[in-house]
Amino acid sequence: MTDSKYFTTTKKGEIFELKGELNSDKKEKKKEAVKKVIASMTVGKDVSALFPDVVNCMQTDNLELKKLVYLYLMNYAKSQPDMAIMAVNTFVKDCEDTNPLIRALAVRTMGCIRVDKITEYLCEPLRKCLKDEDPYVRKTAAVCVAKLHDINAQLVEDQGFLDQLRELLSDSNPMVVANAVAALSEISDTSPSPAAQMEMNQQTINKLLAALNECTEWGQIFILDALSNYVPKDDREAQSICERVTPRLAHSNAGVVLSAVKVLMKGMEYVGMETEFVTTLQKKLAPPLVTLLSSEPEVQYVALRNINLIVQKRPDILKHEMKVFFVKYNDPIYVKLENWTSYPSATQENIAQVLAELKEYATEVDVDFVRKSVRAIGRCAIKVEQAAERCVSTLLDLIQTKVNYVVQEAIVVIKDIFRKYPNKYESIISTLCENLESLDEPDARASMIWIVGEYAERIDNADELLESFLEGFHDESTQVQLQLLTAIVKLFLKKPTETQELVQQVLSLATQDSDNPDLRDRGYIYWRLLSTDPAAAKEVVLAEKPLISSETDRLEPTLLDELICYIASLASVYHKPPSAFVEGQALVVRRTQLPVRSASGEPGATGATESPVPQQAQPVQQQQSVIPSHDTAMGDLLGDLLSMDLNPQPQQQMSMTPAPQQDMGGMDLLGGGLDSLLGGPSPVAGMPASQASMGGGLGDILGLGISSTTYVPPKQVWLPAPKAKGLEVSGTFSIRQNVRYMDLTLKNNAMAPMGDFAIQFNKNSFGLSPASALQVPSPLSPGQTADVTLPLGTNGPVQKMDPLMNLQVAMKNNIDVFYFSCLIPIHLLFTEDGQMEYANQTSDRKVFLATWKDIPDSNEVQKEIANPNQLDPKGISDKLQQSFIFTIAQRNVDGRDMLYQSLKLTNGIWVLAELKIQPRSPTMTLSLKTRALDVIPQVQQAYELIIANM
Amino acid sequence: MIHSLFMINSAGDIFMEKHWKSVISRSVCDYFFEEQQKANSPEDVNPVISTPHHYLIHIYRENIYFVAVCTTEVPPLFVIEFLHRVVDTFTDYFGDGGETAIKDNYVIVYELLEEMLDNGFPLATESNILKELIKPPNILRTVVNTVTGSSNLSDTLPTGQLSNVPWRRAGVKYTNNEAYFDVIEEIDAIIDKQGSTVFADIQGVIDCCVKLSGMPDLTLSFMNPRILDDVSFHPCVRFKRWESERVLSFVPPDGNFRLISYHVGSQNMVAIPVYVKPNISFREGGGRFDVTVGPKQTMGKLVESVVITCAMPKVVLNMNLTPTQGTYTFDPVAKVLTWDVGKINPQKLPNLRGNISLQSGSPPPESNPAISVQFKIQQMAVSGLKVNRLDMYGEKYKPFKGVKYLTKAGNFQVRT
Repeated sequence: MTDSKYFTTTKKGEIFELKGELNSDKKEKKKEAVKKVIASMTVGKDVSALFPDVVNCMQTDNLELKKLVYLYLMNYAKSQPDMAIMAVNTFVKDCEDTNPLIRALAVRTMGCIRVDKITEYLCEPLRKCLKDEDPYVRKTAAVCVAKLHDINAQLVEDQGFLDQLRELLSDSNPMVVANAVAALSEISDTSPSPAAQMEMNQQTINKLLAALNECTEWGQIFILDALSNYVPKDDREAQSICERVTPRLAHSNAGVVLSAVKVLMKGMEYVGMETEFVTTLQKKLAPPLVTLLSSEPEVQYVALRNINLIVQKRPDILKHEMKVFFVKYNDPIYVKLENWTSYPSATQENIAQVLAELKEYATEVDVDFVRKSVRAIGRCAIKVEQAAERCVSTLLDLIQTKVNYVVQEAIVVIKDIFRKYPNKYESIISTLCENLESLDEPDARASMIWIVGEYAERIDNADELLESFLEGFHDESTQVQLQLLTAIVKLFLKKPTETQELVQQVLSLATQDSDNPDLRDRGYIYWRLLSTDPAAAKEVVLAEKPLISSETDRLEPTLLDELICYIASLASVYHKPPSAFVEGQALVVRRTQLPVRSASGEPGATGATESPVPQQAQPVQQQQSVIPSHDTAMGDLLGDLLSMDLNPQPQQQMSMTPAPQQDMGGMDLLGGGLDSLLGGPSPVAGMPASQASMGGGLGDILGLGISSTTYVPPKQVWLPAPKAKGLEVSGTFSIRQNVRYMDLTLKNNAMAPMGDFAIQFNKNSFGLSPASALQVPSPLSPGQTADVTLPLGTNGPVQKMDPLMNLQVAMKNNIDVFYFSCLIPIHLLFTEDGQMEYANQTSDRKVFLATWKDIPDSNEVQKEIANPNQLDPKGISDKLQQSFIFTIAQRNVDGRDMLYQSLKLTNGIWVLAELKIQPRSPTMTLSLKTRALDVIPQVQQAYELIIANM
Repeated sequence: MIHSLFMINSAGDIFMEKHWKSVISRSVCDYFFEEQQKANSPEDVNPVISTPHHYLIHIYRENIYFVAVCTTEVPPLFVIEFLHRVVDTFTDYFGDGGETAIKDNYVIVYELLEEMLDNGFPLATESNILKELIKPPNILRTVVNTVTGSSNLSDTLPTGQLSNVPWRRAGVKYTNNEAYFDVIEEIDAIIDKQGSTVFADIQGVIDCCVKLSGMPDLTLSFMNPRILDDVSFHPCVRFKRWESERVLSFVPPDGNFRLISYHVGSQNMVAIPVYVKPNISFREGGGRFDVTVGPKQTMGKLVESVVITCAMPKVVLNMNLTPTQGTYTFDPVAKVLTWDVGKINPQKLPNLRGNISLQSGSPPPESNPAISVQFKIQQMAVSGLKVNRLDMYGEKYKPFKGVKYLTKAGNFQVRT
């Protein structure tokens, strides 16, 4: 007789029939009917209509019937809250039953009825049950607190159940302790309130450790997890915890083992680095981990993900156990794929075996697995230098198999090997080239193109090869296009004579026919580099690449340390901290930090949230850093003037460059031209003396539109003649083409000629220093003036000055040394990269907003500043931008325009600004926020100056 | 903790669900189905799946996916171990844990699940405690129940659950007191083409059947305990005594249980009891298959129940073979060759040879298939582990004692 009979239905209508049976007088019939109801419920049929009839069966002394009714209640109480109230009385009565089993059952079931109204009635019985004489009831009640907390957290806190739970931590019965721990950890996991947190002190830890040995396996998991959150107060305590947890490694439940491993991994951090204790402990960790790998595949999977973390942190643990990672052909694919990533990396001794094994895998059927194995061969080569040759020959063997995906993966890997060991294995290039045709994946194509470009000089038909790729340029993926562009430029630089046509073709394809901004930009950069200064281009494009390291697929140390704290949890399976995937819960930050001590071994291991970005030297990045120091637009023009006729359509290209740059270029060309005409700096009558303003003036005269230089304050007399034996020095500061200048006018008011000028700066707040020697036409005859520009660097010695912007200068000539001081206008120190991203594209974070919020409000300073010209927001932001104050966002609030701006000083200080502009008002409100409050008055001043001098 | 459990059969039907907290809609399983579609075979579904609001952790046993749904961060191994325990319990109760057995015993399954987990926390998972709470079904009892009107459910407090020895119930009585120990060792190995061992290790267990009255306290000692590399014990074993004296001292649970499982690591030399000489070659349109099996290091014991299976490449159409002993079958759908060899006679080595036919037009496979071997050797523990003696304290009677040894192949593969 089986339960299947409960599913046989009659035509009359099941519910109707059940109703009748439930109300029958015969106990047996009643029970059978409830069983039928439960059976329907388990398969998801809706039998909630029978609620009142089933509840009526509840008052019985038959335990089985009671249990069945309880089962039903738990399922449907939520949908019938009013009816559920009917059951309350029975529950309360059952909680006082003489049989502890019934008491426990009642309190357990009540907790499962997730109806708010019922919880009120639950409090009193629960309080009693938590103090019940029978441990079975107490342990059930402990869990019930967690249930109640899930339904109504506030109620639990108000009623003091949490304190009662904490008392249970020192209960005499280990099962009660374990359940109390489990309940408390669940509550503290889900509740943000500090009252819910589990405090741990030495006493509780001792209680837990004592209970650990005696409770069930599940209780052990809960206790171990709780233990792992405890921070021992010293080495000895950590050591004793470890000692008492170690026996858990021999438990047959994999969950207990892995949780124990977590406690021990954390414990080892607290014990200290290389003590003997740690070494023994590490030895003890290996066998249980190996054993996990021979359990069920699901357990293996979780174990492997964790072992991956463990061996990254402590590679010694599984050093000798490599073989257990060998893959069997009938392992599930998720286990196969995990195996080699967790593999504790090859060494010189075992490399032969490892390679043989990997080669074996490379002939498997699972494509993903094969790829991973081929990649692993590459990693071995990069990691163990002595083995590189064997790895390369293994890879060549694999390429000979001509299995398409193996070949492609091998080529990607070989590219990395070339990067690691330059000029060593190039003899195999010809073999690689044979497979050119078969490559159809972007990764492999890009790698092959890279190889051809990099070794163009050794491949006779490199140009043909690359040309063949060029035919379908627009059908390629961006990755391949970019690589092809770079490769052809490399080729051109290596064999300029034969490939001019090819390079022009690719440049025009990249710049004119492509919609991809990355590609276009890279195209332009190369174009300009090539046309301006082929030597520089060579330096940039053919620069020596930094060697790649073998640790590319490693986690960064901070993340690793965080994840070590989450061994055995879901985080360790995803390899992401819980904050990255646990959502909706106010996740309390805890157990996230390993002791700082571990940092001594690995720099930057803890604390910092930012980590060093792996130095993947991509040619692009190098080139990008080159752009700012070149005047690109000017380069174009000069390039054209010098008729290095690489540019078939200069006009079109010009129109693509942003307009202001073009203006600048024009202006500068004129400036440069005048310079050369006039033969060096000399005063021009009727013009302000400084070169910059001259340039600007000419720009204005020639109607080139808006003045494009940063605001330059008028010259002031810094050193009056009487003080300096007849030398009068006046000057100002300016920025032209991103170079900071000190513009000086020297006037000889003395009777004798002066010469041998030199200049020196004292240490100052921003490290300004002369970037070159002072060039004064010498001798300076009596009555003569000389305009001199002195380029400035910002890498000089730094010392905070008072006032902040003070700059002390010493000037020497053939007569004496003179000292004077001047104030640096702060906008001289604004940098051109001061535009904070509004939103970071990769992390989708509102960078500006976040930074603004990060800075404490106390660092915000407001000031009314004048807007004499009553400029509109657009005008203001344009004007400010020329002085490198960048508008990040603009909003209109209540008729007022808000500009959000950022600027950066040469020493890396960010200043954020909010500018409130009232239309047609002569003033506006400027709020500045920065971490370095000292600069605020200066920045305010700079704003006023720049805006007033429109 | 564990929020809900869904059982899904191979046809993709959710035939059973149980919620320990609030009800989670079945639609959460769609994420599982999505993942399942990506997998090539039923075993290949990734056991830990994350969805926007839930985590699905599942095991695949008896052709059923047992999918646990969790909402908070939870140790995945705890869930996996628990699920395995659930299936073990079903097998224990119903003889097998398959779909039919579960469907036939819906109410007991439901009661069991309710008893095993409370609000997601494990409650009673020891089989002897569960059996005290919920009597397993058997024909006799159902007959008795229907006659007397009593139920499967006992109304006594599960006493064992609270004692210091939760695994043993009090007041056990037998007329025949007996204790049997089976030392079972499985060899996991990978053997390469040339017949040399790539990797081998031994997984051993001692399964016990102890039917002793009262509260006996047993001590089991080995001749050579040092060869045990890594051990995991049943909770009843006193770890301290193992650490100090290398003896197993314990108060046994009542009935069948696994006392210890151990692992003899790859550092030790593992004796390989059989060898396989494969000779498989493919050419255009067909190939040759020739496999011989023979005994190697068997310490004079007979190798029995030898079964050779070989998953042939997909392009293999059929195989036409002749065995010198035993029978062979080739499943043309799954492409699996199974050769049931039986006993190996060292004088006349079993051999299977013949032709392979491939699908016309398709190229011969790149690589040869791996062969997996099953075998059994009675009265031998391949690691050399030997039980020295078993002593009983605390009770007066004299029990019957017995130790049996068995070696068999675990995951034993030969690459060809």
